[in-house]
Amino acid sequence: MPYSEISNLSSEDRVTKLLKLAKQHKIIVLEGRLKKEEEAELIQRTMEQIDDNFKGIELGTIEPTDKDGEEILAKFKNNVINMLLGERRGITIIGPASVVKEIKQDPEKIQLLTSGKSGKIKVKPKKKKGRK
Amino acid sequence: MIKLFQKFIQKVFRDLFRRKKHVKLGLYGPPNGGKTTLANRICHDWLGEEMGSVSNMAHETREIQIKEEIHMEKNGKELSFNLVDTPGIATKIDYEEFLKHGMKVNDAKKRAKEATKGVIDAIKWLDEMDTVIVVLDSTKDPYSQVNITIIGNLQARNIPVLLVANKIDLKKSDVKKIQAAFPQYDIVSISAKHGKNMDDFYEALFALAG
Repeated sequence: MPYSEISNLSSEDRVTKLLKLAKQHKIIVLEGRLKKEEEAELIQRTMEQIDDNFKGIELGTIEPTDKDGEEILAKFKNNVINMLLGERRGITIIGPASVVKEIKQDPEKIQLLTSGKSGKIKVKPKKKKGRK
Repeated sequence: MIKLFQKFIQKVFRDLFRRKKHVKLGLYGPPNGGKTTLANRICHDWLGEEMGSVSNMAHETREIQIKEEIHMEKNGKELSFNLVDTPGIATKIDYEEFLKHGMKVNDAKKRAKEATKGVIDAIKWLDEMDTVIVVLDSTKDPYSQVNITIIGNLQARNIPVLLVANKIDLKKSDVKKIQAAFPQYDIVSISAKHGKNMDDFYEALFALAG
């Protein structure tokens, strides 16, 4: 899902939209990330809707991080990109707990472990320009 | 205009002293990290009594629990606060998980319902906290979104945070992994259950909230 699909929505509407898709047993791979307050709101709203059929969600985000030893010019570029793109950087994955068994994440990649026999799905964020 | 300004100043001072008198120290983290065990350890060390029950089954604490007016004194420093133990924050709760621990279906569903309410309350209470201790299980992978969301929300609210790596008495404990996941924080490693490194913990708490 491109970030443009949620960029003009209010925080409440963003959470409503994403939760609605998760309840339809869909795994959402969102370009960019939610604000921290929106993530908390998403968890709260998820809890409100848990019942015998909907067990909740799995949530994971990943964003490019600065690495130690990076050149000053590269760091400056990254800061400018951060200012311009804001929440558009990185990837967010949301899936219903009935489908997504677990999301394993670290600064480099996200692994999605699904409940079926389909195994693992790996997602890596795009490498930043200017990185060594 | 002058009256408005006077009211503003009065409100600032009133809020300031109210905050100082009733400082709320929150315990946050994912389920089964050892929040209540740490709460019990703090209460045992400074009040001589326990705060809540602990269990190996997740979501044992399903309501906000408050122990009021805990007073600490150490090396000439003093710290008074109300300790707030919160339910573990999770993104999913499946009553069937409780069945594996031998619970009956109705009891498991009731526990799951209470647990969902507990998570909602814990998040709502974030705004009430003056200082927060985030308790992480050092045997578990720290790169979980719940951990990142909790710490991110505390940062966004400018609430001082003390990050604790609990359960260091266990073989699988890996404090370095937690330090690598959250390099912007100094991690205090403890075993709340066995009271290990509690002096370091209290030192860090005085430094943060004292």
